[in-house]
Amino acid sequence: MALTRSQVENIASLARLEITEDEIPAYVGNLSRIIDFVDQLENASTDHVEPMAHPLNMSQPLRADEVTEKDRRDRFQENASRVEAGLYLVPKVIE
Amino acid sequence: MHTRTLAELAELLRNGDASSEELTRHFLERIESLDSRLNAFVTVTAEQALESARAADRARAAGEAGPLTGVPIAHKDIFCTEGVRTSCGSRMLDNFVSPYDATVVEKLRAAGTVMLGKTNMDEFAMGSSNETSWYGPVRNPWDRDKVPGGSSGGSAAAVAARLAPAATGTDTGGSIRQPAALTGTTGLKPTYGRVSRYGMIAFASSLDQAGTITISAQDAALLLEVMAGHDPRDSTSVDAPVEAYSAKLEAPLDGVRLGLVEEFFDDGLDGGNAAAIETAIEVYRGLGAEVKSISLPNLALSVPTYYVVAPAECSSNLSRYDGIRFGYRADDPKDLADLYRRSRGEGFGAEVKRRIMTGTYVLSAGYYDAYYLKAQRVRQLIAEDFRRAFTEVDIIAGPTTPTPAFEIGAKMDDPVTMYLNDIYTIGVNLAGLPGMSVPCGFVDGLPVGLQLIADHFQEARLLGCAHMFQKETDWHRRMPAGDPA
Repeated sequence: MALTRSQVENIASLARLEITEDEIPAYVGNLSRIIDFVDQLENASTDHVEPMAHPLNMSQPLRADEVTEKDRRDRFQENASRVEAGLYLVPKVIE
Repeated sequence: MHTRTLAELAELLRNGDASSEELTRHFLERIESLDSRLNAFVTVTAEQALESARAADRARAAGEAGPLTGVPIAHKDIFCTEGVRTSCGSRMLDNFVSPYDATVVEKLRAAGTVMLGKTNMDEFAMGSSNETSWYGPVRNPWDRDKVPGGSSGGSAAAVAARLAPAATGTDTGGSIRQPAALTGTTGLKPTYGRVSRYGMIAFASSLDQAGTITISAQDAALLLEVMAGHDPRDSTSVDAPVEAYSAKLEAPLDGVRLGLVEEFFDDGLDGGNAAAIETAIEVYRGLGAEVKSISLPNLALSVPTYYVVAPAECSSNLSRYDGIRFGYRADDPKDLADLYRRSRGEGFGAEVKRRIMTGTYVLSAGYYDAYYLKAQRVRQLIAEDFRRAFTEVDIIAGPTTPTPAFEIGAKMDDPVTMYLNDIYTIGVNLAGLPGMSVPCGFVDGLPVGLQLIADHFQEARLLGCAHMFQKETDWHRRMPAGDPA
């Protein structure tokens, strides 16, 4: 299935990815090729087949809701470009 | 010294014929003098390596050495290493210094191994040629115009050129086995959940698994003994006992049922590769294996299934890169949305963006059932094919790749052609099985890999099968002529 330019723009917006005007035609072409390719799954007969979410069909383990991590905020924030007083800085969101 | 396997280097250390510091210096010097031609390393940790080597030598002097104390290894740059940049081959993480160690790194360090550095890789492990790395392509030591495969291309090239005796890797759709095949090294992808994924930067969480690239199956067994095991910090890590893999390598193959997948030997398989595989099967017949033909009828659907499941999981996993808490941050954002969009747009490369977009599309409202749910059902069919096959045979054997290494740049224009390169390896990840690639010959001077696949948690049998083949052949000991020129 060929994707349209506006579909590609919508996907990029959902994915929070800036793509430039001149990149759009390449994305339209490549993503259409990829979607075309995976569209062959339609023809597989999968009635009464359980979806496989985990390769060993295991369920997720549960654990007690207890704090197990130490507070390492300062260490973690060393990797952030903009930090002040232990807070991450972002552009103003409320006027 | 560098021609030796990890097991042989460990023996040198044990016998006092070399110190860890000598070994480490030797490999660091090889990296220093040769890696500019290969680009296998993103970061070389020379000082830390020499420090750990001296610590290993002291531990040995104090009688506290284990089987791997003092042997140097390299880590794929997808594993978090405390205090050392962990880039995942991406501009997004070019400035990321991990505040903690991955479980794999922690375990191998505790076993006394010495980290030489971090190896190059396709960006976020998305690629089959190592051309998508922010740090540039890795070159194949057998022919520098060819790709080494990917995504663990740096690890494979480093081991092939003997810049490191062994390296870690990860395999989501073939990322250990395919580069191992293309570089004449031995690649092991364990059962899903066998090795902890904690601190291994996530790509597609239901497929990702850590493993090794080594010279021999014996070396892979030695490393897996250390790497495997339950880790409460990875909720998909399996709580099953770790076997003494290296002690079980010599199990006789008499009567072992070896299955050849009919669908593997199709028109897409290069004639030279097919001939090398046939010869390898003869070796197994000679060792007493009973060779049978089997069918995996849904195999052709494995690549399209993968290219729904993997991008879907990738688009979710990579949503954490927001430009705020760590990683690349765009300059002068207009507002918060602009900060997200431009940090991600500028921080990620083309292939990663394509996969995020594909994943976002297949998970978006109205398409989830048609793509993601459908792919999960087909995934069940593919896994069922393998379940049925393993009632008839003990090991599945066949090619790892359709062709030997291809030219750098040859497949970069068409993502689907590149994806089809993983046709023989992807099914194993979808089914969560352990698989290996073992060197089994050459076509025009380029290595060919034999793929071996076992049932879940049958790593001991798998490694034994590879080891017995390597006792009969010397393909795994071949090295590129001279040093990579």
